[in-house]
Amino acid sequence: MNAENIVKPRVTVRDLNFYYGKAQALNNINLDIAEKKVTAFIGPSGCGKSTLLRTFNRMYELYPKQKATGSIVLDGKNILDKNQDLNKLRAKVGMVFQKPTPFPMSIHDNIAFGVKLYQSLNKHDMEERVEWALRKAALWDEVKDKLTQSGMGLSGGQQQRLCIARAIAVKPEVLLLDEPTSALDPISTAHIEKLIDELKEDFTIVIVTHNMQQAARVSDYTAYMYLGDLMEFGDTSTVFTNPKRKETEDYITGRFG
Amino acid sequence: MIDLYTRRRLANATGLTIAVAAMAFGLFWLCWILWTLLDRGLPALTPMVFSQMTPPPGSSGGLLNAIFGSLMMTIGGTAIGTPIGILAGTYLAEFGQRGWLAPITRFINDILLSAPSIVIGLFVYEVYVVHVKHFSGWAGTIALAIIVIPIVIRTTENMLRLVPSTLREAAASLGAPQWKIISFVTLRAARAGIITGVMLAIARISGETAPLLFTALNNQFWSSDMDQPMANLPVVIFQFAMSPYEDWQSLAWAGALLITFSVLTLNILARVLFRQSASTH
Repeated sequence: MNAENIVKPRVTVRDLNFYYGKAQALNNINLDIAEKKVTAFIGPSGCGKSTLLRTFNRMYELYPKQKATGSIVLDGKNILDKNQDLNKLRAKVGMVFQKPTPFPMSIHDNIAFGVKLYQSLNKHDMEERVEWALRKAALWDEVKDKLTQSGMGLSGGQQQRLCIARAIAVKPEVLLLDEPTSALDPISTAHIEKLIDELKEDFTIVIVTHNMQQAARVSDYTAYMYLGDLMEFGDTSTVFTNPKRKETEDYITGRFG
Repeated sequence: MIDLYTRRRLANATGLTIAVAAMAFGLFWLCWILWTLLDRGLPALTPMVFSQMTPPPGSSGGLLNAIFGSLMMTIGGTAIGTPIGILAGTYLAEFGQRGWLAPITRFINDILLSAPSIVIGLFVYEVYVVHVKHFSGWAGTIALAIIVIPIVIRTTENMLRLVPSTLREAAASLGAPQWKIISFVTLRAARAGIITGVMLAIARISGETAPLLFTALNNQFWSSDMDQPMANLPVVIFQFAMSPYEDWQSLAWAGALLITFSVLTLNILARVLFRQSASTH
């Protein structure tokens, strides 16, 4: 499927296949991710949304027997290439997970952890960077007086914003969000959705979500996936109001899935 | 015909009674042991126990050399066994998914974990004591370290496995190399559990007699030379309790009480630590 409507693709996926051992989980995916826009992946459980997302930073490399073929081009380079340095790739492509994953250290150190991997900032610059990231993640006002306390003591929604701050502190180009609000209450979810809207000024964002309303609210482009196939891809408004395929319409209207 | 509800209540009452009886049976012996220990040990626990050396039969004395020897060898065994155990356990948990080395190591470690400690004592006797031709504190330390290692390996691996894989993924997603993920994130997350494991290992070795019998043996006098036979509480208890002299027997009770209480303290400390970490995670 071609996505000719995307003017400035940041990531280009071509003929991507993915395997868990012998089982194929993604079939020949072709997709463009627009720069500084939000692209949402929707679809029923087990359809390959997260699998697709995890190819963008090659998270699957942590597990033996998982393998991707095809190409994902970022900055003119195929990141699936064997020569691609994984740590450099992950500096460019940040990720936030379904469950909040604060590290067992202070709020400040949680954010400094990633920054220290790439830059040796002095104390003052590091403090500035931490504040910058926490402000971006709309968490600064809530935690500015307890930066030395453990990140695990925050509420679920705060922890998730801490994880977003941690991811953006590294200043990545692309931000992957894997169902970032599915473990959160509605108010925290609203916080994070508002945040996504602000973050897309600086970052290219890809979000996996089970929540159709969320996809409609936050995304500019939507990809509907089913059983490892990319069924439909386009402008969010088009996909939601005038889908080309009957399957997409059935899914988004709740008749299926 | 009894109706279903009554039958269930009867079955429940019967089951509960049997369970409570079994618990009472177990507790009865435990309390009896503790009571006897307190009854015989407390009167023997005089200040002299902590200030005098183990006496010859018929004269008064204490357990100072044995307490010191036990402390030295327990600390030494823990100091040697803990880093090896933590490193090996980390290997098993973090790198053990691929290859054949980890499953074999794990299997051998399980055997070592349940090996009778007397076998470990004999092993150290055979490979070290026979070789240097005398018993020594070092030999005892080595034997205790060999007991510590499998316990720490097991707890370290188990505790690291409890760390959710999403935490590793989160660290990896920032581009952290594996050694940083392990040393700054996963080991830190499993810290309390691993410390608990080390404390239980200390509790375990502080009462071991058999491996010291063949290695450190005993020493009637004060000695801080680890290359000489070394006094230690378990072997002193073993010898004094079997002796016909009453002074010796009461000192053995005092020593038994000391060991029991230090093990009890360690166990309680381990539990408190573990519970604290469980509530903050």
